[in-house]
Amino acid sequence: MEFFERFAVPHPSPLIYASMVAIGLTVIAIMAGITYFKKWGYLWREWLTTVDHKKIGIMYIISALLMLFRGGADAVMMRLQTAVPENSFLDAQHYNEVFTTHGIVMIIFMAMAFIIGLMNFAVPLQIGARDVAFPRLNAISFWLYFAGAMLFNISFVIGGSPDAGWTNYYPLASNDFSTSVGVNYYNWALQISGIGTLMTGINFIVTILKMRAPGMKLMKMPMFTWSALITNIIIVFAFPVLTIALLMGTFDRQFATHFFTTGDGGMDMMWANLFWVWGHPEVYILILPAFGIYSEVISTFSRRNLYGYKSMVASMVIISLLSFFVWVHHFFTMGQDALTNSIFSVTTMAIAIPTGIKIFNWLLTMWKGKIEFTVPMLYSVAFIPLFTIGGVTGVMLGMASADYQYHNTMFLVAHFHNVIIPGVVFAMLAGLTYWWPKMFGFKLNERIGKWGFWNLTIGFCLAFFPMYITGLDGQARRMYTYSEATGFGPLNMLSFLGAGIMAIGFIFIVYNVYYSFRYAPRNVGDDPWNARSLEWATHNPVPEYNFAITPQVNSSQAFWDSKKHGHQLFNKDDLKEIHMPNNSGLPIIMAGLFFVFGFSFVFYIWPGVILSGIGILACMAYRSFEKDDGYHISIKEIKETEDKFGGAK
Amino acid sequence: MNMNHTQPLEYSTEQNKMNILGFWIFLGAEIMLFATLFTSYFVYENRTGNGPSGAEIFEITPVLFETIILLTSSFTIGLAIHAMRINRSKAMLVFLGVTLLLGAAFLGIEIYEFVHYYHVGATLQTSAFTAILLTTLGTHGAHVTFGLFWGLFILMQIKKRGLTAETANKSFIFSLYWHFLDVVWIFIFSFIYLKGMM
Repeated sequence: MEFFERFAVPHPSPLIYASMVAIGLTVIAIMAGITYFKKWGYLWREWLTTVDHKKIGIMYIISALLMLFRGGADAVMMRLQTAVPENSFLDAQHYNEVFTTHGIVMIIFMAMAFIIGLMNFAVPLQIGARDVAFPRLNAISFWLYFAGAMLFNISFVIGGSPDAGWTNYYPLASNDFSTSVGVNYYNWALQISGIGTLMTGINFIVTILKMRAPGMKLMKMPMFTWSALITNIIIVFAFPVLTIALLMGTFDRQFATHFFTTGDGGMDMMWANLFWVWGHPEVYILILPAFGIYSEVISTFSRRNLYGYKSMVASMVIISLLSFFVWVHHFFTMGQDALTNSIFSVTTMAIAIPTGIKIFNWLLTMWKGKIEFTVPMLYSVAFIPLFTIGGVTGVMLGMASADYQYHNTMFLVAHFHNVIIPGVVFAMLAGLTYWWPKMFGFKLNERIGKWGFWNLTIGFCLAFFPMYITGLDGQARRMYTYSEATGFGPLNMLSFLGAGIMAIGFIFIVYNVYYSFRYAPRNVGDDPWNARSLEWATHNPVPEYNFAITPQVNSSQAFWDSKKHGHQLFNKDDLKEIHMPNNSGLPIIMAGLFFVFGFSFVFYIWPGVILSGIGILACMAYRSFEKDDGYHISIKEIKETEDKFGGAK
Repeated sequence: MNMNHTQPLEYSTEQNKMNILGFWIFLGAEIMLFATLFTSYFVYENRTGNGPSGAEIFEITPVLFETIILLTSSFTIGLAIHAMRINRSKAMLVFLGVTLLLGAAFLGIEIYEFVHYYHVGATLQTSAFTAILLTTLGTHGAHVTFGLFWGLFILMQIKKRGLTAETANKSFIFSLYWHFLDVVWIFIFSFIYLKGMM
């Protein structure tokens, strides 16, 4: 009986039963819908087996929006629980599970997926490439991420969610204090999607280093591509640390080793260190591509080239290096000596310098520009002051001695949401709105988009600024309730209202997709924003081979030069046969096996582990022996496609 | 497929060049992976709890054999790639086969070593030190095991398809992997065994 008990949710409540029913019904409805409309074949051929970077990017973004919904629902539940003192909407255990899954879902399965989705879509187009260096590997990356995300999300209804915080500190995360299988889910879901992320990192570094259009030297790459290159280098060096940390955590929980225990030589601080050696670079993995998107958007809608290109690149390189030397600032209060804390305090504050340089560069790009306040530009303009506030409070937190006051209070929560929401989330929404016409051939409605923007921004300020105050007053984070005597009640109510307004903003954004899909005009042309980089030089929507003719590049804004200064981007004599990779069902099958592997491991189902493990290795063996030379698109076919789009580019 | 005949076969196409660069970057990630393990090892080295220390359980003889065998296999894979460069596919197959046999011998001794640790009471659960020792050795051993199958598949493919741009590329990348495992072993030998026995 004990075996089956593991699958039961440890603290069932009507809320969880309702979500079980909702998940079940949604799955059945989707399956029935696809069957009714006879779309299985289309789905399998065009999406599930695709190796096209554009489609993979779109699948990442769809998954990220779903996860944004899931993580957002968690957020609203937390704000609802703390809206009034001594509320009993969630009990302590549920609250623990909700803030843990909120953190992981938002960071790993929403933000990471969103940036990798946008990178997938935009980077090969920006450098004038046909695809990424390893298209098949790219599909594997996506499906591993998806398998990890699904594994993490079913924890809610089967066996219980992790409850030790997204940082998962030991001994809290050990079997003694976290008795459900939740943390096992944490270990395996992150491990599986982490492998996918590592492979994305390798793939994009090679793509950017090797597949740029002729003439595009490194210092002539668009800024988003630069940010993608640096981000992927950080990914390659940071993620293996997480791999080992998670492996050690798995061994501790599932094979009774003593890595992070307090007896037999184990050391719980080892987890905190390893986690943040990965975790802090991870923060920059999220924010650097966001900086890249802002650079593109601000330059486009100010009608000016980016101010300080070289200093933009240099500051990103410096940030990426420093990101590996600041991890101790996450636990100044946990027992290092004063010298150690001082060193990490200095490195932390040093990051403000390159970041400040970037802020001034954006401001100077806008200076004397003809600014056009489209939705992406609104997000970028709001980002600058809001992110600066987040950055300044970050420097406050970086002062080791003062941190003893702020540590683990709502002040910290306010700080990191203040950098992540206006920093990363706004950038993702700006980037999505900006590249949307390239993805689907029509613009998102500006009016509804602005409603979404204002709701999100006002909601954000209302939700998080009060936390700075309650945090300084001593309200601890991760507490599921507080007494009325603390006086935190009114400000927490304000936060709840802010969260509600943000949720309305999210509804506007989703509604905008529906509305624009139905009513937006389709004849927006190839370059609806009057933009500057190569992705706008090809057709709308982009043909599968991206560019019929490989473009010639002379500066960091080759497309702008071709429009304004008579630079010849495409040489018509260069039209050649195009080699394309074949689709493959192997990635999704392999990721499915990884899912079974992870699930079986979480529940100690060893036959499942062994069989799916053999299956995974068999997939790799099959791939080794497979002969896959791709196929060629003839010049005739290219010409036909190009004519359909209105003449060869 | 555009072939460039001025370069070695394994570098002859654009895709081949990208495969090799990609694998070098992967090895960068692998360095971080083992660096994390080594760092953890140094932290846990003296945290033996109630279990034995390294000096009490390490045996020099099998470790010396493992080292010699693995170093030799690194030499033979080098010979295999040399044979490949001068287009002697038979010689290449022989050297690749010898490499894999040496790898299997290494693995055999490592399994013996693990059984020995088990018998002297140094299991995964004994202490933080034994856990990190066996995890580090095990991660390296798992890499070797994976390499044996991978190398075997490449051997079969060369036998069937001959030395083409694709099989040469795979062999070269495999040789990078194999040399890397050897480098990691040198670190294990120096900083785990020798340091532990001093």
